[in-house]
Amino acid sequence: MADKVLMKGNEALAEAAILAGCRHYFGYPITPQTEIAAFMAKRMPKIGGTFLQAESEIAAINMVYGAAAAGRRAMTSSSSPGISLKGEGISYIAGCDLPCLIVNVQRGGPGLGGIQPSQSDYFQATRGGGHGDYHLIVIAPASVQEMAELTVKSFDLADKYRMPVMILADGTIGQMMEPVSLDIHVADPVEKPWAVTGTKKEREHNIINSLYLQPDKLEQVNFERFKKYEVVKANEQMAEEFMTDDADVIVTAFGIAARVAKNAVREARKNGIKAGLIRPITLWPFPEKTFGKAAEHAKVIISAELNMGQMVEDIRLSVKDRIPVDLCIRTGGMIMSPGEVYEAIEKADKKIKGGI
Amino acid sequence: MAKLTFKRDNCKGCGLCVDACPKGILEIDAESINLKGHHPVKLVDEEACVGCASCATMCPDCIIKVER
Amino acid sequence: MVVMERPHSLVDIPLHYCPGCTHGIVHRLVAEAIDELDIEGRTIGIAPVGCSVMAYDYFNCDMIEAAHGRAPAVATGVKRANPDNIVFTYQGDGDLASIGTAETVHAAARNENITVIFINNAIYGMTGGQMAPTSLPGQVTQTSPYGRDVKLCGYPVKICEMLSQLEGPEYLERVTVNSVSNVRKAKKAIKKAFQNQVEGKGFSLIEVVSSCPTNWGMSPKDALKWIDDNMIPYYPLGVYKDRSKEAEA
Repeated sequence: MADKVLMKGNEALAEAAILAGCRHYFGYPITPQTEIAAFMAKRMPKIGGTFLQAESEIAAINMVYGAAAAGRRAMTSSSSPGISLKGEGISYIAGCDLPCLIVNVQRGGPGLGGIQPSQSDYFQATRGGGHGDYHLIVIAPASVQEMAELTVKSFDLADKYRMPVMILADGTIGQMMEPVSLDIHVADPVEKPWAVTGTKKEREHNIINSLYLQPDKLEQVNFERFKKYEVVKANEQMAEEFMTDDADVIVTAFGIAARVAKNAVREARKNGIKAGLIRPITLWPFPEKTFGKAAEHAKVIISAELNMGQMVEDIRLSVKDRIPVDLCIRTGGMIMSPGEVYEAIEKADKKIKGGI
Repeated sequence: MAKLTFKRDNCKGCGLCVDACPKGILEIDAESINLKGHHPVKLVDEEACVGCASCATMCPDCIIKVER
Repeated sequence: MVVMERPHSLVDIPLHYCPGCTHGIVHRLVAEAIDELDIEGRTIGIAPVGCSVMAYDYFNCDMIEAAHGRAPAVATGVKRANPDNIVFTYQGDGDLASIGTAETVHAAARNENITVIFINNAIYGMTGGQMAPTSLPGQVTQTSPYGRDVKLCGYPVKICEMLSQLEGPEYLERVTVNSVSNVRKAKKAIKKAFQNQVEGKGFSLIEVVSSCPTNWGMSPKDALKWIDDNMIPYYPLGVYKDRSKEAEA
């Protein structure tokens, strides 16, 4: 029986990264994720790893780029405005097909915003974040246990597909404390013959690069990369379904919003409403298969998000607008209460039963 | 006696070697054009070359091999 | 006996630089240093954004193309990942002294054990000749068409002088390549900058005052003279820091 330890979400993520074999952390302080940097500052020197507080979030992502190019598991963490700074660097990492982990513990935005939790970087994360055609695998933990398990999974996925992975957490999940088991399976390491480690004068030199001045070549590179993304979409969608089998009203939420929504769904069921919850765990690839199935019997979906309505668009795409998709939102650092989600469920249920 | 070998078709006719040569035995060949369309350098007095490698030192394109 | 030929760590392909551009000379000096120290097999080079963006095609060692200005950060990532690799960056004045100033300063302050080759030709070549932070007062460029006005644009940035104020860096030297004797001195400096890394001494930066005949609007020969007449008085050559030597004294 695995021992459980009481840990803060941010720290569980950091410990799991080390478990996964990450020995290179480059970061910069920003609320609400500085604990990750502080944790790594203490842990990395003890295990011969690198902790470096970079001069900026931009420098940090470029250090990750270098370490990843050199074949190592490397990561950085930041929060919303810091992730904006990393945009160019993330585009380069994706454009060079390099693996790495980027953690965004979201706060209120836009601009300097606030330090309370939000989910308003959904578009930024799922649409790549930087310039050009590319995707990150985006994973949304909803518990401290998931902060740990999904971090290990993120490194495994990043290496498997040679692409950056983003953990899209929020300040609540980052700060909350829950018991966590660190008995987590790590996949076997993959060979990286493409890495820049020195030719030893035994092979041709490797070049890590995203510049292709010939447009036909750049087009080809983009086509190849998107073929890879199709494989990811086919194989790596993850979602939790809660009481969805016979549900009329399905709430969709990720991260902390999902924890709140689950309570509302339970309450609704007690009161005879056939409610259910789909909790996307991968936001990219979006769990279209799960939504496709749900749309066959559900009559309405409610997207409960901590932003002005972002995931709602992907839900509508997944169900091809066959059924209505409502919004239940708070933003700016406010978190909806179970009561607010319950009201939305009740309203939606009344509309279905009473007709429009 | 020194020997110079030129990668004629990679020469851009920049003239830095001509100015650097202490013996003044290099010239830009105004009469001919190489594959890239430049007037390449020409050694006008092979006997006088002492193999100082001043030309190769200034050449930005590594087209001169100097042997002694 | 071969006195001089293309070094092994310089790939045998034509360089795309303008006729008479000093990039070619400095590329060769870097390659000669790598050959002479026999480090080609463990060297990783970081290319910039600028005319020398395609340096990744020209050196025989493993290469990475970095974002504009970020090469010292990328180099830090590589060096921390694999400290036994010899890591160098090759950057222009936009890359190192404009957008990348923070990365340059902090890599120096951290005494990252890397080698930085800084090509200072007082102009942005690749994008067609705009003003650089190192452009001289009065210098006419595409974005200073009436000559650099210090009232509007301030004064040039002197990297060696600036970095020499920091305790971090091991070695800072400014050289040029506008004559045979200067090229030979530049080679010594560049080789020392690599040697320092091999010996674990720390951050070494060589600022190479270079020419851009095309965007300065003059012949290659005149551009080399312009270095003597205009650049060197503003950017004096010499050693700006040599920690090991100072410690011996």
